[in-house]
Amino acid sequence: MRIQFKTSYAHDIRLFADRWTFGVYAVLLIIAFALPFILGVFYLGEVTNVLIWAIAGLGLMLLTGQTGQASLGHAAFLAVGAYSGAILMESGVPFILAFPAAGIITGVVGTLIAIPAIRMHGVYLAIATIALSILADDIIVLTEHWTGGVSGKFFMPVELFGFEIDRWGTPFKFYYLVLVVAIICTLFYRNLLRSPLGRAMAAVRDSEVSATAMGVHIAYTKAIAFGVSCAITGLAGVLMGMFAGIINNETFSIVISISLLMMIVIGGLGSIHGAFFGAIVIAFLPQAISITTKASGLTVAIPGLEQAIFATILVLFILFEPMGIYGRWMKIRIWFELFPFARKDMFRRQKSYLKTERLR
Amino acid sequence: MSLLEIKNATLKFGGVVAVNDLSFNVEEGEVYAIVGPNGAGKSTVFNLISRFYDPFAGSFTFDGRNLLDFKADGIADLGIARTFQNIELFEHATVLQNLLVGRHRHRRTTLIEEMLFTRRVRREEYKHRAAVEEVIDFLDLQPYRDKMIAGLPYGVRKVVELGRALSSNPRLLLLDEPASGLSVEETQDMRWWIDDIRKQMGITVLMVEHDMGLVSAVSDRVLALADGAKLAEGTPGEVQSNPAVIEAYLGAGAV
Ligand SMILES: Nc1ncnc2c1ncn2[C@@H]1O[C@H](COP(=O)(O)OP(=O)(O)OP(=O)(O)O)[C@@H](O)[C@H]1O
Ligand SMILES: [Mg+2]
Repeated sequence: MRIQFKTSYAHDIRLFADRWTFGVYAVLLIIAFALPFILGVFYLGEVTNVLIWAIAGLGLMLLTGQTGQASLGHAAFLAVGAYSGAILMESGVPFILAFPAAGIITGVVGTLIAIPAIRMHGVYLAIATIALSILADDIIVLTEHWTGGVSGKFFMPVELFGFEIDRWGTPFKFYYLVLVVAIICTLFYRNLLRSPLGRAMAAVRDSEVSATAMGVHIAYTKAIAFGVSCAITGLAGVLMGMFAGIINNETFSIVISISLLMMIVIGGLGSIHGAFFGAIVIAFLPQAISITTKASGLTVAIPGLEQAIFATILVLFILFEPMGIYGRWMKIRIWFELFPFARKDMFRRQKSYLKTERLR
Repeated sequence: MSLLEIKNATLKFGGVVAVNDLSFNVEEGEVYAIVGPNGAGKSTVFNLISRFYDPFAGSFTFDGRNLLDFKADGIADLGIARTFQNIELFEHATVLQNLLVGRHRHRRTTLIEEMLFTRRVRREEYKHRAAVEEVIDFLDLQPYRDKMIAGLPYGVRKVVELGRALSSNPRLLLLDEPASGLSVEETQDMRWWIDDIRKQMGITVLMVEHDMGLVSAVSDRVLALADGAKLAEGTPGEVQSNPAVIEAYLGAGAV
């Protein structure tokens, strides 16, 4: 059992709680950087894909997990990021500028769209954001002049610090690019969590009434959450475009929005780990399914099988592990740390108290 | 000039007159209690001060400033903090994080600074922590510091909510039934805390409470409310022996 002795506030304020945690993440980081020397090109591509999904997941996590605003429109923001990145680069803006610009553009678009959406709650917001996903398709076709419409937009190899980065030509370098972006986004997210704004977001999520009474400006906080969330998602969009090589009006469909939301629910709402765990599931599940169907001797493709399995997993998680994979992981860890003292109903929630909508 | 002055406040919900032409003043440094039967409009008075509702009529002045000029999220910044009758905590956050939200009105950093966690953010965080840690010591919340609210018993939640309000360093503290649902021992603790909040911290307290024992023990003045209107005002003893108050509590004919 590992006991933390807290001797100063720094324990909670600094990035890593203690040496042990720091060590774990350092090892993880070293492995991540060594991966191109360990894995073959195919699996490196898969890991790259996972990381890109994880970045998108971090974006949505900030909005849904941290601020409590469900969005089924995030594929649209992936599209905004991917297209603005592609268009900027096509018109000669170097990658080092075009990439963050795509994020900022997406963030601004997200904030503008958020302003009318901010008054909506829960399922209404989810429904309204579905409209975004559906509209995005039409808008891309209508603005064919810029987006290339149905025939799509190509992503050329980019140049960064004198290196040429190309998903196919130089997969190692592309992996490192994605890895660094993922690390930076994670750091931004983590920093927000330990600052006033991150706590204000959690406050908005859990009780708007008392957040207001504590001086949190609800609409502002939600708009910022939308903005930062969309900016991160926009970055993921550019990377997704580069990974796919070509994007068109069907690349960022509503299915992507749904997968993103499922991903963070399965991974564990409200945690950084959740975004990564969820990304692993979403990225590897199709592979796992095709391997098992092949192994079981099925030759005909079953339409909708993947979706059905996704949906089943989602429902099982909501029923049995609402805290997602991260929640389960924490429980297993605590169980081992306390061994053999863990009690069976240790994780059972206390009776929770009814809150009425009325402010009594 | 009183710290809080409410004049001729009126609020209706449809046909229900929740607050009816109510006037009272709270002086700096006192503990002022509002009592009254269920549905008398006590919590509504709090919600009016918090600016959750717009009054139909009346003036609300805090420290010389017109509260009606502010929105609900601007009230904390004036130095008014509150608790809720049906505990409103941030369930999926730790006790520490809940108290730190109480510090929100002292936030001085911007989004970009916080994303980069600059030196200034770190310095501010230390300040917030120092302030919150004092509250944790004061309310003996050390064992719960890193616990999630979702797993805490009712009595502790009540204390955490008081702590969150205190963390904002308010000048006026609104407590909506601080002792409801608490055991005898917990109510005793609450009593000493309210005493210390007033005496040591110099915070003015306006509270709604049904427990007359607690009210008599801590408050300087009491306002009795019935159907949104003032029945009586005075020292706890005066109000408790007022015939109109006894009648309101026990029903007509009991006097
Ligand atoms: N949001 C609301 N909408 C409609 N009616 C309300 C609302 N809030 C309060 N009321 C009504 O206003 C009256 C006063 O309610 P209030 O909550 O202020 O009572 P209270 O004195 O706090 O009672 P209790 O002791 O039960 O807490 C009640 O008749 C109540 O039903
Ligand atoms: Mg009440």
